[in-house]
Amino acid sequence: MFISQNFEMDSFSQNPEFTIHSFFTFLDTTIMAVEFEGGVVIGADSRTTTGAYIANRVTDKLTPIHERIFCCRSGSAADTQAIADAVTYQLGFHSIELDEAPLVQTAASLFREMCYRYREELMAGIIVAGWDPRRGGQVYTVPVGGMMTRQPVSVGGSGSSYIYGYVDSNYRAGMSKEECLKFTAEALTLAMERDGSSGGVVRLAVISEQGVERQVILGNQLPKFSTV
Amino acid sequence: MASVSVCQYRPGGFSFENCKRNALLEADINKLGFSSPAARKTGTTICGVVYKDGVVLGADTRATEGMVVADKNCSKIHYISPNIYCCGAGTAADTEMTTQIISSNLELHSLSTGRLPRVTTANRMLKQMLFRYQGYIGAALVLGGVDCNGPHLYSIYPHGSTDKLPYVTMGSGSLAAMAVFEDRYRPNMEEEEAKRLVRDAIAAGIFNDLGSGSNIDLCVITKGNVDYLRPHDMANKKGVRTGSYRYKHGTTGVLTKAVTPLNLEVVEESVQTMDTS
Repeated sequence: MFISQNFEMDSFSQNPEFTIHSFFTFLDTTIMAVEFEGGVVIGADSRTTTGAYIANRVTDKLTPIHERIFCCRSGSAADTQAIADAVTYQLGFHSIELDEAPLVQTAASLFREMCYRYREELMAGIIVAGWDPRRGGQVYTVPVGGMMTRQPVSVGGSGSSYIYGYVDSNYRAGMSKEECLKFTAEALTLAMERDGSSGGVVRLAVISEQGVERQVILGNQLPKFSTV
Repeated sequence: MASVSVCQYRPGGFSFENCKRNALLEADINKLGFSSPAARKTGTTICGVVYKDGVVLGADTRATEGMVVADKNCSKIHYISPNIYCCGAGTAADTEMTTQIISSNLELHSLSTGRLPRVTTANRMLKQMLFRYQGYIGAALVLGGVDCNGPHLYSIYPHGSTDKLPYVTMGSGSLAAMAVFEDRYRPNMEEEEAKRLVRDAIAAGIFNDLGSGSNIDLCVITKGNVDYLRPHDMANKKGVRTGSYRYKHGTTGVLTKAVTPLNLEVVEESVQTMDTS
């Protein structure tokens, strides 16, 4: 969820040197992840903003952490990129030590450790999703503040507020991969239509035992709804 | 944060001791009617484009100090390594020093690995440094180069986020330049077309943004070759005066003249030769 922030910092605001770019790059966003039998489907929009300007309209917010573990990033672009790089390193090291594929829960714990320890300094809402041989497809959400919880379906980012109703009413346990893809694409489209901070293209990925399949749905190929 | 212990003052990082004093000084100066000196910024247009054989980086050449142009022909395309160059916008000192630090570290790294440095390595180093300083280093950069994996272009923001894209613009004139790119960019352009596109994008920034101006510098990086074109286009040549404005002798009439000789006595004379070896 997006918290509006005023970045004037007491005496620093008097000194012009510190307010050059009083805008931070944000991934005000819609991100989503759904578990299904045999894996997970993750999705995100592609907009990064600095103030009212779209700095990158084709951002990839689905970041690989390990071979079959991804994270969806929302919040401050700098913070989430730095956290993701750090966790990728830690998880890679851990996986080599173990000599086996890491658990999704381990990745989520690493994110939670960092996001909770530095919660005052960071602005990061992350959804960790992937597949491991022990527990199959899993989705863990680590929102701003640093809590971690496993959910069958999770949404995040500023655009998520607009689709909680859609997700709660349309999610059913035991959906197939294709149904999950359609569900995610439609939910993201609805959020992108209503949220100014989300837009661009829809990026989707399916993570399963077979590996990762990525796809992009361009603006003109998005599903159409009656009011839009 | 309660975790910082009171007994041990942590050294390093920025010292903000003078901020209170500066605020008081600024208040006093304003009472007298003067204004305190502003940081020299490069209100700027910088951009880069990936084309068929490499990357083209472009920049304007104006450096501003508040509302005054401090340098009419400053160089904003900085050397990082033989195959990697970086354009800088934001605080001039920050972009200059940051690129020099990373250039130095990258040269050491390159000697250690025995390989030509990669653009992604420079990107990592820059983003990790800028994130460490949490945005206090005001450097917004366009990093481009060609390495063993082909041409790469990154935009790096002061807080440490980066984007890897086929075309990027930064600085106060970035919106004007991006408009030109969004209209005319195509993948796999030829060199001349790419140079023309970058030149036009910077020109859009120069003529539509007050913080950008003067000439257009270009840097064309291909595999094994760099063309640093400075200036590529002198878009704002200084005009030639049409007439002479010197006053003729006798324009100002002399009413009175008073000569007062100063009687000076030579007290001591000594010669010191300068060591010019």
